Amino acid sequence: MRPVPWLGVLGSLLIAVAVAVAVTAPWIAPAKPTQLDLRARLAPPAWVDGGKSNHLLGTDNVGRDVLSRVIWGSRISLTVGTAAALLGMLLGSTLGLLAGYFRGGVDAVISWLINVQLAFPFTLLAIFLLGTVGGGFAAVVVVLALATWVNYARIVRGQVLAIRERDYVLAARAVGVPTGRTLLRYILPNTAAPIVVVASFSTAQAILTQAALSFLGVGIDPSVPSWGAMLDEGRNYLQSAWWIAVFPGLAIALTVLGVNLLGDWLRDWLDPKSAA
Amino acid sequence: MSAPLLAMTNLQVRFGALHAVRGVSLAVGAGESLGIVGESGSGKSATMLSVMGLHDRRAAWVGADQLSVGGMDVLSAGEDQLRALRGGQVGMVFQDPLSALNPLFTAGFQIAEVLRRHRDLDRRQAREGAVALLAQVGVPDPKRRAGQYPHQFSGGMRQRVMIATALAGEPKLLIADEPTTALDVTVQAEIVRLIQDIQERSRLGLVWVTHDLALLARIADRVMVLYAGQVVEQAPAAELYARPRHPYTVGLLSTVARLDQPRGQRARAIPGQPPRLDLPIVGCAFAPRCPLRFERCLEAPPLIETGPDAAAACWRVETPA
Repeated sequence: MRPVPWLGVLGSLLIAVAVAVAVTAPWIAPAKPTQLDLRARLAPPAWVDGGKSNHLLGTDNVGRDVLSRVIWGSRISLTVGTAAALLGMLLGSTLGLLAGYFRGGVDAVISWLINVQLAFPFTLLAIFLLGTVGGGFAAVVVVLALATWVNYARIVRGQVLAIRERDYVLAARAVGVPTGRTLLRYILPNTAAPIVVVASFSTAQAILTQAALSFLGVGIDPSVPSWGAMLDEGRNYLQSAWWIAVFPGLAIALTVLGVNLLGDWLRDWLDPKSAA
Repeated sequence: MSAPLLAMTNLQVRFGALHAVRGVSLAVGAGESLGIVGESGSGKSATMLSVMGLHDRRAAWVGADQLSVGGMDVLSAGEDQLRALRGGQVGMVFQDPLSALNPLFTAGFQIAEVLRRHRDLDRRQAREGAVALLAQVGVPDPKRRAGQYPHQFSGGMRQRVMIATALAGEPKLLIADEPTTALDVTVQAEIVRLIQDIQERSRLGLVWVTHDLALLARIADRVMVLYAGQVVEQAPAAELYARPRHPYTVGLLSTVARLDQPRGQRARAIPGQPPRLDLPIVGCAFAPRCPLRFERCLEAPPLIETGPDAAAACWRVETPA
């Protein structure tokens, strides 16, 4: 009997809550995220002196409800994070697979790309790209995928280098299985475990980076509530109205923690050597 | 003899500086079985991979005066022709079935894969064909077993699955690369008998590669001994065991442990090491380890005929010690 993986359960719970909140945002949010309540500007959370009961987590400098904005902001963070991690997976796994299997020139080019990507300060690249092509959901996802594909490519390449030497790959070729099918049915499935683990960590990375980009004012349209943009808005009021920045910050921290805990547990669970 | 299934003349395989196969020639016809014996690094596996064009073209250089399977020139064949050859004309059984079967797919799926590729069957026919093949290689309860994964089979059963995949394309030539080395001794005999049965029933050409000379006595019509990538002796099996001509073959035969030798007698080994394959070999490759060497061994001996269909690469054939 394995011990109950409490941290994995906690991670799954955190993610489940975040997803549930994102899905049900229109119904559970007490107010519209863009609705102004100018008479209640900078109201503190309800349990603090001067707090209002209709603004549980307080309001920001133009009187928007912080709780509602945190709830709506989860949508952007989760969708962008997941989409970027998946796109990065597609791109990175494909390139890693090609590099590991064909080696030689293909590998040299792809490995070179990986190293260039790793050597280049990503935030700078993201600001430059989003600054030139403009922001928007799709653009941010693509730019974040550019940040995460390297993780997949390196892991998959290494795995494939090992797996292509296995006898069953030779055996597949010895019964006449063509190269493409060998790659897809014999090699790729055997790299699935590390890909899943990288995917979880990459999602966390993408959520963080997306928040950072919003904080820097590039990326998602600032009128759409997102945790990163809220941090940016709250920055000027940290001394007087800490709640504007602290609650979205907490939301980011808990979500990323959840994804990381889940990823950690997945890594142990999928590693046959760690099986108790 | 009709045109041989497998005809190879002067095969050379190099991995960079490493000259692994140095002029091997052989021929196998339908219903014939050839045993190839040699120690690790003697070039036996490299020779067999060449037959199917399975060497990585960037890592290995393969050349031969002739290398044809079923009349098709392997060296000039395109990738499509090679794919039809692999599994279709030639089936291959590997040493360790656990690592040679894909751990993620069922036994039935892996056999069906070959059936669909080489026999043009649809999905359902292929699944039925896979069950029939499992039954044919002696897997009990084949219908249920077809749905199981390689790790759910015992070593012997797994090797039967491997043999079923090798036979699925109805090959004319079967290459068995140490198919019993990874198995328990009791299971070895069953697998040997299975392969022999299949070979006799379908009149397959069989090439059995091994380092176990004793095993070949039961299987092979003819035996070829490889040393350092060269053929040092070849003869009909009975002849080779009765009258080995090359000192290396003599040495190999004397290393075979026998029950009838006195207790306490230490196992014999051939002293010394095989030569380095990344350097040119001057004279006879075996000379440094040979008890019978003399001046003439500084010159490389050709294969000298020693009888009908028998030859040894040793000057002592002409000049007995």
